[in-house]
Amino acid sequence: MVVQVVFFVAAALAVIFSLIAVAHRNPVINVLSLVLVFFAMATIFAVLGMDFLAAIQIIVYSGAILVLFLFVIMLLNIRKVERIGGGRPLQALLGAATAIGIGAALVLGASKLAPAGGAVLTGAERGTVVPIGRALLGSHLFAFEFISLLLVAAIIGAVYLARRESR
Amino acid sequence: MWDEVLVISIKLAVVLGVLLTTVPIMVWVERRGSALIQDRLGPNRVGPFGLLQPVVDAVKLITKENLIPSGVNTLLYVLAPAIALVVALSTFIAVPFAADSGLSLFGHKISGFIVAPDLNIGILYIFAIASLAVYSIVLAGWSSNNKYSLYGGIRASAQSISYELAMTISVVGVLMASSSLMLSDIIEHQTGTVFGLLPAWNVFPQLIGCITFIVAAFAETNRLPFDLPEAEAELVAGYHTEYSSMKFAAFFMSEYVHMTTSSALIVVLFFGGWTLPWVSLPGGWLGAFLSLGIFALKVAFFLWFFVWIRWTLPRFRFDQLMALGWKAMVPLSVLNFLWVGVGMALGWL
Repeated sequence: MVVQVVFFVAAALAVIFSLIAVAHRNPVINVLSLVLVFFAMATIFAVLGMDFLAAIQIIVYSGAILVLFLFVIMLLNIRKVERIGGGRPLQALLGAATAIGIGAALVLGASKLAPAGGAVLTGAERGTVVPIGRALLGSHLFAFEFISLLLVAAIIGAVYLARRESR
Repeated sequence: MWDEVLVISIKLAVVLGVLLTTVPIMVWVERRGSALIQDRLGPNRVGPFGLLQPVVDAVKLITKENLIPSGVNTLLYVLAPAIALVVALSTFIAVPFAADSGLSLFGHKISGFIVAPDLNIGILYIFAIASLAVYSIVLAGWSSNNKYSLYGGIRASAQSISYELAMTISVVGVLMASSSLMLSDIIEHQTGTVFGLLPAWNVFPQLIGCITFIVAAFAETNRLPFDLPEAEAELVAGYHTEYSSMKFAAFFMSEYVHMTTSSALIVVLFFGGWTLPWVSLPGGWLGAFLSLGIFALKVAFFLWFFVWIRWTLPRFRFDQLMALGWKAMVPLSVLNFLWVGVGMALGWL
């Protein structure tokens, strides 16, 4: 019962603040709304018994990546977001169609993946790192290492683009 | 149900009370300590040894005019000091500060001198909340409509990201050694001695990790030599230039609360928490209070260490700060991480 109430409140907050994150004209308010979206998602993880994911969600996204966003906004000193995409109906239509498609795929996938005994983690593993560790370094080891490779490639690309021309 | 609520409320009241009481004491220690180090007298007029000076300071701050300058973004301007204080005060609830020997209060088991004893990921919770502290500085800098404040905010965001990485990696070694994320388990791992003499504290096998953690803790609390966001010689007062009265006091208090939490974390992670290596404490309430005293003494030492460093070292230049963060701190913390991994694989640690 409590789980359902917390879940729906957090989910509603996540939806509301993600709308604000997209629609508001002040870039700092956008970033702050995104922080609150991640907080709502962390709450959902915590109520499902995944304390580790909740903490990582806040450390990585709210604590590091969004700080970087704020850093860029302040460095460029953007005070107001100009409205973009006006007068391009084809692009707007394609964007909306893609968004609906991705949303439908997510809902379909989530309904197929739902575990039989409910999603809430119980017993000795509740709130610990054990299930995540087993999944990452056990059954999903290949995907895990592949993502590491992808990140290394991204870093090399970034360093290559940012290097000074020595001539 | 209700006795549980009562016990948690008492714990919260004690923790909040102690945290907020350390602030005036530390202000006094800072002012007298700086005077000692610089061969001055320091505040000595109000009360014996100037001990009542923080009270007078507080009265001054409360009665000052609460100014909101024109041209600021009012919502964010007011929100920033609130975030600072909330974040600073909510990190301490996962820190175990005394030995637990099955004591009970009003027929309810205390289950550890820690506000949230069932938190399996204690250390990650602290990092998660503490990583939000930078928002208060960045928002204060951005919303103040002042270029010096803005520079302070930009510096804070770059500094926080750079040093958080080294801080987290240097903790991984400790977590591997005790194979747990619970702070009470980490203290448990450090009880007793090795070779019958040396304390089994993490600082000895993981000296590099300890040093990088302490340096990163200085950077995360924005204390000298890492107080670039404030840098009064260049930026007036940095991110809090435009703040007065209790809004300024909120930033000021949160800095000292962060210092206390960082000192407590250093003690828990690397210096054995509330244990003493050569003696075993008695059980019951006596043991609980003795261990509390030991913990408080260790934390007090590191709080003095913070003051000591502040009045000894000059401030870094910003490029030096970035070079130290990325070219020294991150590789050193990775080295510590590798050493612990190899040591554990070969059975040395």
